[in-house]
Amino acid sequence: MSEKKTKRRDFLFTATTAVGAVGAAAVVWPMIDQMNPDASVKALASTEVDVSSLTPGNTLTVLWRGKPVFIRRRTQEEIDEARSVKMEDLIHPEKDEDRAKNPEWLVMLGVCTHLGCVPLNDKGDYNGWFCPCHGSHYDTSGRIRKGPAPWNMEVPKYEFVDTNTIKIG
Amino acid sequence: MSDHDYRPKSKVGQWFNDRLPLLTLANHLTDYPTPKNLNYWWTFGGILTFCLITQIVTGLTLAMHYIAHADMAFESVEHIMRDVNYGWLIRYIHANGASMFFLAVYIHIFRSLFYGSYKSPREIIWILGIIIYLLMMAAAFMGYVLPWGQMSFWGATVITNLFSAIPLVGEGIVTWLWGGYSVDNPTLTRFFTLHYLIPFLILGLVVLHIWALHVPGNNNPVGIDIKKPSKDTVPFHPYIVIKDGFALLMFMIVFAFFVFYAPNILGHADNYIEANPMVTPAHIVPEWYLLPFYAILRSVPDKLLGVVAMLSAILILAVLPWLDTSKIRSAVFRPLYKQFYWILVADVLILGYVGAMPAEGLYLLIARVATAYYFLHFLVILPVLGFKEKTLPVPLSITEPVLGGSPNLAAARNKESKIE
Repeated sequence: MSEKKTKRRDFLFTATTAVGAVGAAAVVWPMIDQMNPDASVKALASTEVDVSSLTPGNTLTVLWRGKPVFIRRRTQEEIDEARSVKMEDLIHPEKDEDRAKNPEWLVMLGVCTHLGCVPLNDKGDYNGWFCPCHGSHYDTSGRIRKGPAPWNMEVPKYEFVDTNTIKIG
Repeated sequence: MSDHDYRPKSKVGQWFNDRLPLLTLANHLTDYPTPKNLNYWWTFGGILTFCLITQIVTGLTLAMHYIAHADMAFESVEHIMRDVNYGWLIRYIHANGASMFFLAVYIHIFRSLFYGSYKSPREIIWILGIIIYLLMMAAAFMGYVLPWGQMSFWGATVITNLFSAIPLVGEGIVTWLWGGYSVDNPTLTRFFTLHYLIPFLILGLVVLHIWALHVPGNNNPVGIDIKKPSKDTVPFHPYIVIKDGFALLMFMIVFAFFVFYAPNILGHADNYIEANPMVTPAHIVPEWYLLPFYAILRSVPDKLLGVVAMLSAILILAVLPWLDTSKIRSAVFRPLYKQFYWILVADVLILGYVGAMPAEGLYLLIARVATAYYFLHFLVILPVLGFKEKTLPVPLSITEPVLGGSPNLAAARNKESKIE
């Protein structure tokens, strides 16, 4: 008799705790999720850029989602240099053909994959970009070659709306 | 404790104290028996309390004028500096106050390291102290972001990006911290909120820190357990109050020097340029008090391991009471530890120096050696030293070495050999 009562109590205790925990989690989640990007931030998902004024060998930097995006119109030497690199020599192997569908145009986030600084144009040991913060060197395809950054600079989703306009995002 | 015997003299006092024993608490704090040999290194607890109160008061007043918005923050800080009555003074006290706070906390921590204050039975006081130190770093970092200058923006970018080193969930965490896809207005407003909150968390932890201290009582330069109260102790008031007060005055002279004569010497000129997400400053350097950890971060060539090394360098302090195997607290009686202690001090200073220099060539090499030594000190030297070191005889009481030739001396030697 007394043993049975104890079991009943145990059940009530466990059930109450479980419901309480689920309830607490249900309240905590909105508190955590409110910190994630809100609707107005997400709404700024795409940007259109006019690239007609860009001559080969120059880079245009535009702001997309609060981050700089490098749009580089590459010279033939730069393209050749990027395409001749062996995959074994890369820290984060990616073909230039996959990074720049149209070889003349390289579009990527101008954000160092180490700790988020903006790398400098036409600098570094590989004629591409150099991050002044902690010394990462990127090649003419924006691939990491030397330094603490773990990955190549990210290529965002983009498309040519017409010959002179790129839509990022 | 004798506090329980306390009874206020007046009828009103008794009536009140029976209902809320605040007077008993006040009596405990004034009569609190303190070792009579405390030197000036022990005055930094009081100085730190002063620093915390100063930061809270100046912070509250700054918050009346500051605007936490990406478009207005930089301008509102300039408004404080130029238009608000005494705004320049309050802001300079607050900004330099952070540096003074860290100066005092480093002295306080190294005092504990020298005199073994972290050892049993004071481990909880020590761990609470480490948590306070971590919160101080969080508050200082977020406070530095608020003026929304170039260093604010890029410091925030680099530090929040440390979390991206975490496998799988790292990027998600960074986006969550930012409230967007880069450091922006949502980041600023939440940093302001947390910067406002943390000092009060610290205040609560300081109460626990002092509470935990008042259970075993203060350690002392000799590092021995003493009877309380006894001829080895003096009441906190007036003896320690006056000594702390004098030390505080000396400290305030240094504080005032920075505020009035060199208010920007500890900052970076780049932070007087408004935040620009398109351009990273040539040299991103954190405030001086974070430099040793920054050097450790940069000395590791791998992103994740660098972050792990930096965090470990701080968290290793929390387990220090168990890494140090020596039963003797004070370095005064540990001839070998005393030397390693000073090497550690030099090591941390070197890390701080190379942290401010570019991470290349000789600087990088020095940073790597100094980082390795830092961990060697805590993980190898301290545990081994406790077993190998031949310690000096420890006196039985504080008065004994002063009186000299006391009959206790033989007993002290005896006790010493037992410890070995």
